[in-house]
Amino acid sequence: MLAVSIFFTVLIFGAVFYFAIKYRRRSDDELPGGGHTGLALEVVWSVIPFGLTMIMFGWGASIFFKESVPPDDAMNIYVVGKQWMWKLQHQEGQREINELHIPINRPIRLTMTSEDVIHSFYVPDFRTKQDVVPGRYTTTWFTATKPGKYHLFCAEYCGTKHSGMIGWVYAMRPEDYQEWLAGSPTGSMADRGARLFDDLACANCHHADGSGRCPTLVGLFGSTVRLAGGGAVKADEAYIRESILNPPAKIVAGYQPLMPTFQGLVTEEGVVELIEYIKSLNAKPGLEQTGQPAVPGAGAGSQPGNQ
Amino acid sequence: MATAAVLERETYLNASYGLKSWLLTKDHKRIAILYFITISIFFAIGGTFAGLIRLELLTPQADLVSSETYNKLFTMHGVIMVFFFLIPSIPATLGNFFLPIMIGARDLAFPRINLLSWYLLILGGVLAIYAMVAGGVDTGWTFYTPYSTSYANTYVIATALGIFVAGFSSILTGLNFVVTVHRMRAPGMTWFRMPLFVWAHYATSLIQILGTPVLAVTLVLILCERTLHIGIFDPALGGDPILFQHMFWFYSHPAVYIMVLPGMGVISEIVSTYSRKPVYGYAFVAFSSLAIAVVGFLVWGHHLYVSGQSLYAGLVFSFLSYFVAIPSAVKVFNWTATLYKGSISYDTPMLYAFGFIGLFTVGGLTGLFVASLGLDVHVTDTYFVIAHFHYVMVGGTIMAYLGGVHYWWPKMTGRMYPEHFARLSAVVVFIGFNLTFFPQFILGYQGMPRRYHVYPPEYQVLHVLSTAGATVLAVGYIMPLIYLIWSLKYGPVAGKNPWGATGLEWSIPSPPPTHNFDRIPVVMHEAYDYSAVPREVEVG
Repeated sequence: MLAVSIFFTVLIFGAVFYFAIKYRRRSDDELPGGGHTGLALEVVWSVIPFGLTMIMFGWGASIFFKESVPPDDAMNIYVVGKQWMWKLQHQEGQREINELHIPINRPIRLTMTSEDVIHSFYVPDFRTKQDVVPGRYTTTWFTATKPGKYHLFCAEYCGTKHSGMIGWVYAMRPEDYQEWLAGSPTGSMADRGARLFDDLACANCHHADGSGRCPTLVGLFGSTVRLAGGGAVKADEAYIRESILNPPAKIVAGYQPLMPTFQGLVTEEGVVELIEYIKSLNAKPGLEQTGQPAVPGAGAGSQPGNQ
Repeated sequence: MATAAVLERETYLNASYGLKSWLLTKDHKRIAILYFITISIFFAIGGTFAGLIRLELLTPQADLVSSETYNKLFTMHGVIMVFFFLIPSIPATLGNFFLPIMIGARDLAFPRINLLSWYLLILGGVLAIYAMVAGGVDTGWTFYTPYSTSYANTYVIATALGIFVAGFSSILTGLNFVVTVHRMRAPGMTWFRMPLFVWAHYATSLIQILGTPVLAVTLVLILCERTLHIGIFDPALGGDPILFQHMFWFYSHPAVYIMVLPGMGVISEIVSTYSRKPVYGYAFVAFSSLAIAVVGFLVWGHHLYVSGQSLYAGLVFSFLSYFVAIPSAVKVFNWTATLYKGSISYDTPMLYAFGFIGLFTVGGLTGLFVASLGLDVHVTDTYFVIAHFHYVMVGGTIMAYLGGVHYWWPKMTGRMYPEHFARLSAVVVFIGFNLTFFPQFILGYQGMPRRYHVYPPEYQVLHVLSTAGATVLAVGYIMPLIYLIWSLKYGPVAGKNPWGATGLEWSIPSPPPTHNFDRIPVVMHEAYDYSAVPREVEVG
C-alpha cells in the first residue's frame, strides 16, 4: 500500500515537474493547441486506480474481520475506563489500575465498558485500538509475542486529563505470569460475583432449579433465550448486563417483568463480576445457586444461603 | 480609495463611500470583500491557537499551559478553522465575487439574502468568540457525546449556538449559488461552457444545502440533552452515544468536500490559465465534482471503524471510501495532463497550484491508508489522521485559496502584487507546511495519540520538527498579508486581463463596475478557448 502510494506520488510529482520544465512558456504569444480529450486515457486512469483500491479494500477488510473474532481459547480480561484511569480485572481476581500484566503467546480478549464518557483502548505496539463506550460492551483481542513493556494509551478524547489516561502493558513469559498471579492471592472474579449475588439477594428469585419467580441462571451463559412476545437472544455479556441494569428491556418467555433495576446499586466492575459468576455456573452444573463460592475455599466470609 | 485617484471610471469600490454603504450593500463583490476581512480575522485567531498548541508541544511535559487550557486551545482552533474559516473560505469570498461574473450575471439571484448570510456568519462568530472570551470550550470540535452533553463544564452551549447560526449562513450561500447558476446564466452560457470553478461551486452548494441542516439538528439535540436532560446521546439518560457520531459525521464528512471542492475549482482555472490550454477532460472534471458531492454523503461511517459500529457497516463504508477516491484521482490526472504540451508560466498562482497538486496528492493517498479497515485501527485518532486531514484541508484548501486570491487580486483590486515576494511566499508556505505536517505522519504511525497535552518523551524529536515547520509556515502566511495590503496603495495598476486568461471576469475592467457588465454578454465560445482571448496582454 505504501509502495502504491509512493509510486503515485512520484508519478504525479514527476509528471508535474517534467511537464512544467519541458513546456515552460518560452514566449508570451505562444498559443498551444488542445481541447482534445482522450476517452481511453480517462477510462484507463479511472479503472486502474479503482482496481488497486479494491485490492487495498479487500486486504484491509480481511485483516479487520480476522481481528474482530477472538479465538475461543482467548483469556478474558475485563476493562472499565473512567475519567482518567484504566481499571482492569483478571478472571483469577487480580485487579490492576493503568497496568496490565499478560502472558505472551496467548490470545487475550478484552471486554470493555466505560463508567462515564467514551474512551479508547490503544496499544500501538499490538496494533490494537477499540473505543470503550459507556452503556455497552465492546471487545477486542490480541496476542503479545515478545515479553516487554508496552504503551497503553487512551485514544479517544475524554476530558481534562485525557493525556494522563495512560499506562503500561507488561507482556510476560507464561511462567512469570503465573508467578505474578500467585504473588497477590485474591478471590476470583466469580467469587466476588457470588458474594455480590448474595448481597443483592438475587437468589431470592433466581433459584438454581428454576422453581423461583425468575428464570434459573444455571446454564444461562451462551444459551439462546426465548423472549416474551416472540424472538430470541443469545445470552452473552451484553444481554446479561442489560438484564441487570434494565430488566424490562428483554423479558424471558413465561416470566413476569418483576425484576427491579440494579442501575446505581451495582458498579460496572460489579456487573462483570456477576457475569463471571453466572458464567461459572455453567462449568459446575448442579451447583446450588445460593451464593456459595464457585471455587471452594476462596469465598471465606461470604454468607451462604438465602437471606 | 486609492484606486479612485488612478481610475476615473466608476467601479464597485468607488461607487459610494462610508461604512453604511458597505454594511448595507447588496453588491456581491462588496459582500465578498466583507467576507474576506471577516475570515482573515478568524484565520488569524485560529492560527494563533495553532501556534500556541505547537509551542506547548515542543516539550513532552506541560510547561506553557495547563491541560484545561490546552484542551480549549485545540477545540477552539478546530471550531474556528473549520466552521468560521474553511467552510466559508473560497465560496463566500472568491465564489461570491466571481461566480456571478463568470456566468455573465450582474449579481447573485438573491442579493439581500447574500448580505443576510454574512450577518449570520458574524452573529455565529460573535457567539463563538463570546464562548472563548467567557472561558472557552473543551469538547474538541467534534463535540463527542456524552462528554459534551453531560461532562464538560465549559461553554458548550454558546459555541454550539454559534456554529448553528453560522450553518444557516452556509445554507443560504449554497441556495443562492444554485439558483444563480440555474437561472442567471448569460445567453450562450450553456452548462458545459461554464468554467470548472462554477461547476465545483455548484457541487459544493448542493452539499451545503443538503448536509448542513443535519448538523443544525444534531446541535439542537446536543442543546436539548445538555439543558433539558432529555436522553438522546447519553446512555445514563437512555441515549446512544454512537448515534451522535453518525449524525455528526453525516454532515462533517461531506463538509470536507465543502472545503476542498471549491479549491479544486480554483486549481482548474489556474492550471488552465498558466498552461494556456483548456483543462484536459473538461466533462470528467466537471462530473467528478458532482460524483464527489454525491458519494461523499455515503462515507461518513469511516470515522467509526473502532467505535463499536457493526462489522458489516464498516465494510460498506470502507468500500465507498475507496470509491470516492477515484473522482479525486481523476481530477489530479486531468490537471497533470493539462500541463502536457502547454505553455507554462511560473506566476505565483501557478506555484500555489503546483503546491496544491502535490499536497493534495499526499493527502489523498494517505486517505487510502485510513480508509483501510485493518490499517485504520492502528492510525485512527493518532497524529497520522491529523497529518492526513491537514494535508487535504490546509495543503489543499488553503493553497488553493491563496492561489485564487493572488490569481484574482488584480481583478478585485485593480492592482498587481509584488511578484517576487509572492513567489517567495508560495515557496515558504510549501516548505513550512511539509515540515510541519510530514513528521506528524510518522508520529501517528509510531502511535502518538491526538489531543495529548503531555506525551512520552520518545516522540519529542518529531514534535520539535513540526513546531519548527509551523514557524516557517506562519512566516509564509504573514508575508501575503503584508504585501497584499501594500499593493492596494502602491501596486502597479492592473489591466483587465493581466494573465491572458479566458473567462468573462477577464473581459470587464479591473476592478469591475458595480453592475459588472454594461451589456449582458453573449457567450460564443467553449470554456478555456484561448484562441478567442484578445492578445493584448499588458495594461488594458
